[in-house]
Amino acid sequence: MTMLLEMRAITKTFPGVKALDNVGLRVETGEIHALVGENGAGKSTLMKVLSGVYPAGSYDGEILFEGQVAQFRNIADSEKMGIAIIHQELALVPLLSVAENLFLGNEVAERGVMNWPRMHQMARELLQKVGLDESPDVPVGTLGVGKQQLVEIAKALAKDVKLLILDEPTAALQENDSQKLLGLLKELQGQGITSILISHKLNEINQVADRITVIRDGASVSTLDCRAEEISEEHIIRDMVGRDMAHRYPDRERNIGETLFEVKNWNVWHPEHRDRQVISDVNFNVRSGEIVGIAGLMGSGRTELAMSIFGQSYGRNISGQVTLRGVEIDVSKVDRAIEAGLAYCTEDRKELGLILEESILRNTTLANLAGVSKGGVISDGEEQKVAEKYRQAMNIRTPSVQQKVVNLSGGNQQKVVLSKWLYADPQVLFLDEPTRGIDVGAKFEIYSIMNQLAADGRGVVMISSEMPELLGMCDRIYVMNEGALVTVLDADEASQERIMSFIVTE
Amino acid sequence: MSQSKPDIRAYLASHMREYGLLLALIAIMAFFQIMTDGVLLKSVNITNLFLQNSYIIIMALGMLVVIVAGHIDLSVGSVMGFVGALAAVMIVQWDLPMWVAVPICLVVGGMIGAAQGYWVAFWNIPPFIVTLAGMLVFRGMSLWLLEGQSVGPFPREFQALSTGFIPDFFPLSVGENIAERLGVRRFNTGALSLGVIAAAIIVWLGLRGRARDKAYGIEGEPIAFFIARNVIVASALIFVCYKLATFRGLPNVLISMTVLTVIYAFITEKTTIGRRMYAVGGNEKAANLSGIKTKRLTFLAFINMGVLAALAGLIFAARLNSATPKAGFAVELDVIAAVFIGGASMSGGVGKVMGAVVGAFIMGVMNNGMSLMGIGIDYQQIIKGLVLLAAVIFDVYNKNKQG
Repeated sequence: MTMLLEMRAITKTFPGVKALDNVGLRVETGEIHALVGENGAGKSTLMKVLSGVYPAGSYDGEILFEGQVAQFRNIADSEKMGIAIIHQELALVPLLSVAENLFLGNEVAERGVMNWPRMHQMARELLQKVGLDESPDVPVGTLGVGKQQLVEIAKALAKDVKLLILDEPTAALQENDSQKLLGLLKELQGQGITSILISHKLNEINQVADRITVIRDGASVSTLDCRAEEISEEHIIRDMVGRDMAHRYPDRERNIGETLFEVKNWNVWHPEHRDRQVISDVNFNVRSGEIVGIAGLMGSGRTELAMSIFGQSYGRNISGQVTLRGVEIDVSKVDRAIEAGLAYCTEDRKELGLILEESILRNTTLANLAGVSKGGVISDGEEQKVAEKYRQAMNIRTPSVQQKVVNLSGGNQQKVVLSKWLYADPQVLFLDEPTRGIDVGAKFEIYSIMNQLAADGRGVVMISSEMPELLGMCDRIYVMNEGALVTVLDADEASQERIMSFIVTE
Repeated sequence: MSQSKPDIRAYLASHMREYGLLLALIAIMAFFQIMTDGVLLKSVNITNLFLQNSYIIIMALGMLVVIVAGHIDLSVGSVMGFVGALAAVMIVQWDLPMWVAVPICLVVGGMIGAAQGYWVAFWNIPPFIVTLAGMLVFRGMSLWLLEGQSVGPFPREFQALSTGFIPDFFPLSVGENIAERLGVRRFNTGALSLGVIAAAIIVWLGLRGRARDKAYGIEGEPIAFFIARNVIVASALIFVCYKLATFRGLPNVLISMTVLTVIYAFITEKTTIGRRMYAVGGNEKAANLSGIKTKRLTFLAFINMGVLAALAGLIFAARLNSATPKAGFAVELDVIAAVFIGGASMSGGVGKVMGAVVGAFIMGVMNNGMSLMGIGIDYQQIIKGLVLLAAVIFDVYNKNKQG
């Protein structure tokens, strides 16, 4: 077997931290190679070394590409050799058309004058290759995330790529879009394109990967060959976290009480398109000590439902009734909703959940400044005590609460968001995709926190696209489809297939 | 935890901006002190420095709040001119007493701020556009009010807003006695004692804060830095007050400026409303979803700016002893520059009151020093522009290095 890529003994140090320690990665020509590891294990750093973001000389070790020693000074160098990275955050210009994006920085031009007809034709071919049925003229911003992902891949293909690196490509995708993407990877493999797939979704990896390299704490732990025999998810997880994880979901003693929270006849209209109803006649309830799930496709209205309840942060012409312990509560403004005992952890931590340039401390107390102040004056000491308490309780891995949250990993950032809401002491918490983009170890910790919340007698509403997680955590699961709750299933009667059947048939 | 070397280095790296700013001010002052053969730090010139820059500093306080909230106000120069004109018309032409005219002027300033803040906060119109419009409108309105003429002079008690001095509260004989020993013409004992008291308070508050931090386990400034910083600040304060004491004492504006600075530093750093202001600038959506009334805070920031611009307009008119159609022209640029030199971020959420004040002093000392050296207004502008650029580049460079 010929090796397309060999990274030998890569060591990369940042001031005070050894991010990569003697890491090796060997990728065979034509394979799909999965790279897994917890957040902060060093996957991204390794890929940055490979693509030249960290130029040759800033790390120790050696990179061999197609048998030649490669020394990339920047991304342009690695792209020239045929290495393309598709990042989690897509690098597309939303207002430009698909064709313009495909050839951005790689335009077909003669003496600086664009050859648009030629580019159009090429764009069509590329789109066909990735199975995207869209005109090259539509602005990229109007496409969904799944389609944008395909545009990114087409863009890489336009550059004659040999090694395609995908960083968490399906993190923001729905099940069927993910499947399409994985299928495309297989297809590209057939055309001789090698890929490295970074993902947290082990079932997807098992589905497409030929070999798996596991990285833990900046060192390569193992390389597993899936072609010879099936590698179990448990095996991968064990290598990732370095401990046996018999249960992916922590045990919980269910102690479910009376109805705590109830939403009746909830209707919401689209903020811009006034004639479009986004949520129609939704009724649901949460009992104290209960974890309730909301399943549904992206765009089915799950986030919109939660946000419209939480201080009418979404939508217009909102009508309906919200009660807590049988008493109607005012949720028309965010501060009133918080006052009444609600909390909402957004699915988009960075954009909507955190003030990235501020410290952990300041983010923790933001929703309940009254708790650390007297007469509007903040007590630094009280605030420090509170932040420190939550840092320890949540096991946020950082030496100090003065650390800016922008420097934390996804899992730790999510814990800061949870700290903020726990400190506001809510009765009912809405958690929107609480484990998105978070590694297995941190997921387990977040689940444990959720269980603790339920054990305290609070109500938890969990919105998630990952069905195993809903099945593993929830007592009841509501299924949402096109703005309506179509059914509710008890945990013991629910299965992925049953949930899916309600989503598809309606 | 051990206080090893890397700790200090890391601390220095993350607080580079604050120490750098203080050192820059000292360096600039030392430079001009030498280049002007000691004129810069003469009693009369220090007094002038405060009189010349007080209105910039007062507006910089409001501008800092606006910029921290993620906005900008280009209209402050025009608003300041307009309010000065309004005061002149009311006091000089209509003979209204000061205690009526001054509050009216401040309220008008607040209403102007509200009128602009309304569009920014509740209609999401970019503040750059709204206040650019305001800049033109209020420049025009002051021309209209004054009919293109200067209006003055003001009565004595109005002038005292700016050019008045705090009288010595010690018996005259004490001052005469000291003056004789020092070989100066007069000595305001009250001025020096106020300086000493203020220095003592600063050191005492610093020590108390350190003790409390320690009790709560907050890692603070390394002790060497704490001592050095306090020695510099306290001795500078006493030195300045001593110099002022040998001239006419403490100017009224110095007192009002200092009191306002302390109040704004307290509000921005210690109160919930200040904290929320930073949150709005840092991430408005996240702040909103945390129950913070972001629109109302933006609205407030502009009202506050309007009131401070009005106060600055009064002080400026009092110093010139007349309102002129050109008053406040292009001053918004000095104010904004001071805030950015002081370390605020264009994208909001970052910046400190003390930084803005020191930034304003840096601009003020450069203006004053270059004028004393007889450098033409052409070169002055070029140099000021380059200093602003250098300060911001330094910021960005620092941030990149840390990240």
